[in-house]
Amino acid sequence: MSYKIVVLAKQVPDTHNVGADAMNADGTVNRAALPTVFNPEDLKALEMALQVKDRVPGSTVTVVTMGPPRAAEIIRDARSRGADDGIVLSDMRFAGADTLATSYALSQLIRQLGPVDLIFGGRQAIDGDTAQVGPQVAEKLEIPQVTYAEELLDIADGTITIRRRLERGTECVKAQLPVLVTVTSAATDCRFPNIHRMFRQAGEEVRVMNADGIDADMERLGMKGSPTKVKKIENVVLAHKESRVLEPTEAALNELSATLIREHIL
Amino acid sequence: MNFYTDNENLSFYLHHPEMDQVVAVREKNFAEAGQHPEAPADAVQAVSQYEMALNLLGSIAGEVIAPNAEAVDHEGPTLEGGRVHYAPGTRRNLDALIQSGLYGISLERRFNGLNFPRAVVVMAAEMIARADVGFATIWGLTDCADTIQEFGSEALKEKYLPRICQGATCSMDLTEPDAGSDLQSVRLKATYDEAAGCWRLNGVKRFITNGDADLHLVLARSEEGSNDGRGLSYFVFDKADGGMTVRRIENKMGIKGSPTCELQFTNAPCQIVGERRLGLIKYVMSLMNGARLGVAAQSIGLCEAACREAEAYAASREQFGHPINQFIAVQDLLSQMRARTDGARSLMYETARYVDLATTSRPASRIADILTPLVKLNASEFANQCAYDCIQVHGGSGFMKEYACERLYRDARILSIYEGTSQLQVVAAMKGIANGAYLKQIDSYEARVAEALAGDAETVAGTPVAELKHCLDVLRKATEAYKRLYALATVDGTTSDRFEHMTRALTVVLSDIIMGYLLLLDSLRDARFLASCRYFVRQSIGQATRHIAALENC
Repeated sequence: MSYKIVVLAKQVPDTHNVGADAMNADGTVNRAALPTVFNPEDLKALEMALQVKDRVPGSTVTVVTMGPPRAAEIIRDARSRGADDGIVLSDMRFAGADTLATSYALSQLIRQLGPVDLIFGGRQAIDGDTAQVGPQVAEKLEIPQVTYAEELLDIADGTITIRRRLERGTECVKAQLPVLVTVTSAATDCRFPNIHRMFRQAGEEVRVMNADGIDADMERLGMKGSPTKVKKIENVVLAHKESRVLEPTEAALNELSATLIREHIL
Repeated sequence: MNFYTDNENLSFYLHHPEMDQVVAVREKNFAEAGQHPEAPADAVQAVSQYEMALNLLGSIAGEVIAPNAEAVDHEGPTLEGGRVHYAPGTRRNLDALIQSGLYGISLERRFNGLNFPRAVVVMAAEMIARADVGFATIWGLTDCADTIQEFGSEALKEKYLPRICQGATCSMDLTEPDAGSDLQSVRLKATYDEAAGCWRLNGVKRFITNGDADLHLVLARSEEGSNDGRGLSYFVFDKADGGMTVRRIENKMGIKGSPTCELQFTNAPCQIVGERRLGLIKYVMSLMNGARLGVAAQSIGLCEAACREAEAYAASREQFGHPINQFIAVQDLLSQMRARTDGARSLMYETARYVDLATTSRPASRIADILTPLVKLNASEFANQCAYDCIQVHGGSGFMKEYACERLYRDARILSIYEGTSQLQVVAAMKGIANGAYLKQIDSYEARVAEALAGDAETVAGTPVAELKHCLDVLRKATEAYKRLYALATVDGTTSDRFEHMTRALTVVLSDIIMGYLLLLDSLRDARFLASCRYFVRQSIGQATRHIAALENC
């Protein structure tokens, strides 16, 4: 038995190398000034997918991403690390998509690929930190999901066993396929690219699909399909001077709770 | 961190004007283009492939090997039941390089190699050594495969070379308890077993780097009753065939991650490489020249690491209200370290290019032969000096185990010893000194610089021509001083004790002049080499006149 595996990936600004011109005056990200990288947790997801492929010969790994044409770079990167194929979903009609519209587009693309056994994705992307796209894709495809995965323990007989992170400790979950798994930064680092694969695929094309190819409702794509409206982005720096020291008494803790509720933090 | 992209000097030498010629020779004028899916069609594509590979290797060096270096130094390899177990970090380093296909990169594509020229292989070695010199010895020993590729039978190549590309480790088994620098004294016995149709090895090898490797190239005495180099042949031994155990791992001062072993061969089956009796006089000499260039690459990697450790510390450490890099005494140390690193690096890539061109050109081969001992000598001595100065910049902190400079200092010490001591490099340089080969090479550099500065331009690569001409003038004076020194050293002929006593001084002056010229040529492309060029210009004239004064007055 072999598996058909999809990895959700995103090309993101390299937030470890942020220069002074990283933000525009209006508070939006100046993408042109930032180098781009394979979203780190998506790389971990790719590694977990490749581990399944290692254990179950004949399995295939297809990486899908939504973004501008240059996102083909991460498809090439994924292929040089061992992925079999990749697709860039690229179309101006996807522009401005929030997590709802993004997960819709990705789920429609995955439907085009036929029955899929496993979908892996990073828990979240470093440019948005929402952690919503993976779970929403699972919901739209009506398959179960295992989130916060740290380690692939077993894959056999149509079930996968995953160690996942909880608030205090970990748990082992066994799930029947098909299933979507989101992977955290604690998982194994992705293997390095192989130089022979890099050379061989240097001149190969990356498959690009647009909105017409995924049988999508155009009203649910891009800005139109995105209920999230960003009013303003501001840079908040928490300064030490704003801190308060509380006495460890019940009254002080009650006051703290009340303050946090009043300021909509809790 | 990426050790390729954070060091623009590497890209500078990768894009050296002579690299097109190197690539064409290596690729046999691109004969494999279209025949093999990875073969480049032209020099541009080849260099782009080199960059891709060096970028990948640079990330492995920076993200895997360097972070493992300290733990590997502490843990080291262990010996259990006659077999060596690498430190866990060493295993991780190997796994990353094997996974990425960066093993056996100089081997032909038909064996799954990358067919990279020596100029690129040493660049890879430099980056790995910057991360961990001890590990660089293990990775660098895949150079043994080049000997099989060059001299082995087709059957031998097909059997072993693909395995090396898949990650089989190698060792070069030459030294014995009574045969170190004097390899003619090797006694390990090789006898032909008619019944089994193979050779068998019996005896002991000592100080064998990476001694429990998968594949061994072994120098052994195949001609019974012989007692010199002509009785020695070269063999390849596969550990999987049995007959070899590791008796001990040496407890060394540095490069502790690299297992240095004493080996016992007992009826170990092996196969001969090339022809009988040519083991030492042809094959080892060829392997040794490659290994010396490899040690130069290790040395320059260590120099680079030392420079960076010292520069970072001097920028962050404050005394008397200022970072210590603002004090001239510290600046002197830092600039000398950087100059030595630049000079040795320029000489190494120059040598490597000649090694590449030597496959089709006899004159290039002669130049490669005379430059190899110079680069091994200078780079390894500079590595020791840089490691020493790195600790000096760190002050008392550098004497503590917490800082990497302490490990660098220990690791550097072997570089001027193994693969031929500094003293043996001077011996190797004697012929070129006596027959004028070095002077001829210096003349060709002088002509190239003079031609480049002959026009009306006021600046070249952003540097005033007058300044470049001044360097040229001093190097010409230093060359004249060298000739005077040579004349004084050879008043009793080139076989006299006086000449032998003076060969190191002559070699050092020659080296300084050559590195001065090479950095001057580099400065014609990029002004950032000028400061280091000036260092060697000063050194060459200073050293030459100092030795002349000593000979004339004492």
